[in-house]
Amino acid sequence: MELIATSADHSAPTASGCSAKGCGSSNDTLSQLPDALRKRVENHPCFSEKAHHHFARMHVAVAPACNIQCNYCNRKYDCSNESRPGVVSEVLDPDQAVHKVKTVAAAIPQMTVLGIAGPGDPLANPERTFKTFRRLAEEAPDIKLCVSTNGLRLPELADELSKYNIEHVTITINCLDPEIGAKIYPWIYWNNRRIRGVKAAKILIRNQLKGLEMLVARNVLVKVNSVMIPGVNDQHLKEVSKLVKEKGAFLHNVMPLISEPEHGTFYGLTGQRGPSGKELRELQDSCSDSMSMMRHCRQCRADAVGMLGEDRGQEFTLDQIGGQQIDYPAAMEKRKQVHDAILAQLDAERLAEAAAPSNIPSGPSVLMAVATAGQGVINQHFGHATEFLVYRVDGSQIEMVGPRKVELYCGGPGECPEEENRLQGHLNALIDCRAVLSAKIGIGPWQQLEQAGIEPSGEYAYEEIETGLRLFYNDLLAQGKLEPAAASATATTEATA
Amino acid sequence: MALSITDRCVNCYACMDVCPTQAISKGASQFEIDPLTCTECAGQHADPQCASICPVEEALLDGMGELIHPLGSLTGIPPTLRLVEGNAERPSAP
Repeated sequence: MELIATSADHSAPTASGCSAKGCGSSNDTLSQLPDALRKRVENHPCFSEKAHHHFARMHVAVAPACNIQCNYCNRKYDCSNESRPGVVSEVLDPDQAVHKVKTVAAAIPQMTVLGIAGPGDPLANPERTFKTFRRLAEEAPDIKLCVSTNGLRLPELADELSKYNIEHVTITINCLDPEIGAKIYPWIYWNNRRIRGVKAAKILIRNQLKGLEMLVARNVLVKVNSVMIPGVNDQHLKEVSKLVKEKGAFLHNVMPLISEPEHGTFYGLTGQRGPSGKELRELQDSCSDSMSMMRHCRQCRADAVGMLGEDRGQEFTLDQIGGQQIDYPAAMEKRKQVHDAILAQLDAERLAEAAAPSNIPSGPSVLMAVATAGQGVINQHFGHATEFLVYRVDGSQIEMVGPRKVELYCGGPGECPEEENRLQGHLNALIDCRAVLSAKIGIGPWQQLEQAGIEPSGEYAYEEIETGLRLFYNDLLAQGKLEPAAASATATTEATA
Repeated sequence: MALSITDRCVNCYACMDVCPTQAISKGASQFEIDPLTCTECAGQHADPQCASICPVEEALLDGMGELIHPLGSLTGIPPTLRLVEGNAERPSAP
């Protein structure tokens, strides 16, 4: 296997935090960061797990053009009811985008971050992308600007990017080996030519790594995204994780391949499967030895609006916001009050955690799932959840493992599938979990979960997630239900879906 | 001679941005090439730039009216595996 060689200088980076496993009793891998660095991510829902329960983000789709093809992408991106990256309902020009950002910022004061992420590649649309950033930096200075790119044009545009006070950049790096790259990227557009195969992948990877180094040298926080493609790059991603950390990336986000045939992508139509939740977790765990891992990504659309995991884009279409006048200075005052209140709450929680006596881990490590509708609280009915957040809990620590998506099993009378089958998707998604907490749960699902070895609870409704997890964990421990033998007895049957 | 764009175009702007003669503009339903301005990049680039970046198969015709990117040539998806005709995701045939 050939690895791309770039600068041998690995000395600079200090931005990377402690690993998920070495961070004391907190469930946020970033909370142990030096203050200055923590301040830069504490209100960014994609860079901080804690922040994502409280702060919202939005993407504006000003970047339709792309300069590479990925096998998990279909460029017929215009779709209103799919939730995946690269999909949007309407492309905006920069002026429309600025108006939309201000409208959303006034309506959703928790919105702290504006990202440009497509539906193509932002840096393949430099004029539209930079015009949007330039205007927002001047007119809405309280919004953090960030950008997500395939990295092909980063080396030439890194300086331009750092002009607009962009502190956060995400680069998608799926491999270091061009042979693997050739199985992911059929072509790139580079130096006025379409280039294919290994040669294309080599150029792309070289530019991604060079771009990463240049951004780190310019004090930009860089997150690296990787799509986990079983049989293609899954074994290789540990190496990616290690190298990008050496080069100064702040966070690594390994995401599952989305490859439904109806999306019309190469992988979707050729039968390439995505990883199960369990496979994804295991890979993320193995990468976390060397790198801080992002576990709460929802793989949102290039025009998403709202908290991670929700999309309020339909409330802010051009038709709806066209005539609205926004008094941004007034909105900024209100926003500041909302932000300060949330940050004060997070600060208090952090200080309380630091002051709490650190216990010696005494219980076994188990996975527990939570149904939440936001605010970091167990506040969703089991049957209404479209995703569960999975946490790893032991005697002293609680850390996020990641979201698991599920289909609603009942859409109302007459829509329920057969009784015995209707929860199978949930059971598959939660197969490696020991317990699930929700605001409420019906008796049918309760029994099926119990039979599958997953302890349900509605007892901690409206508790904070960490509090509920800790209390239920202690209950189960006291009842002897967390003994290692009991814990995995029923969880060994692998999901078949 | 000039290239032209079919109704497979997804309006991604990529070709317009790279056209050296500004021959491409946004039309009523998809991008259009002005046949009087298009030079097929002769004398400027080895290959026509729109045809070097266009991501969509069957969206561009050469000066003879032939498809520049037949099905499968850009995505590698075998034509037999395509989403079936009439599927909502697929634009109508030219």
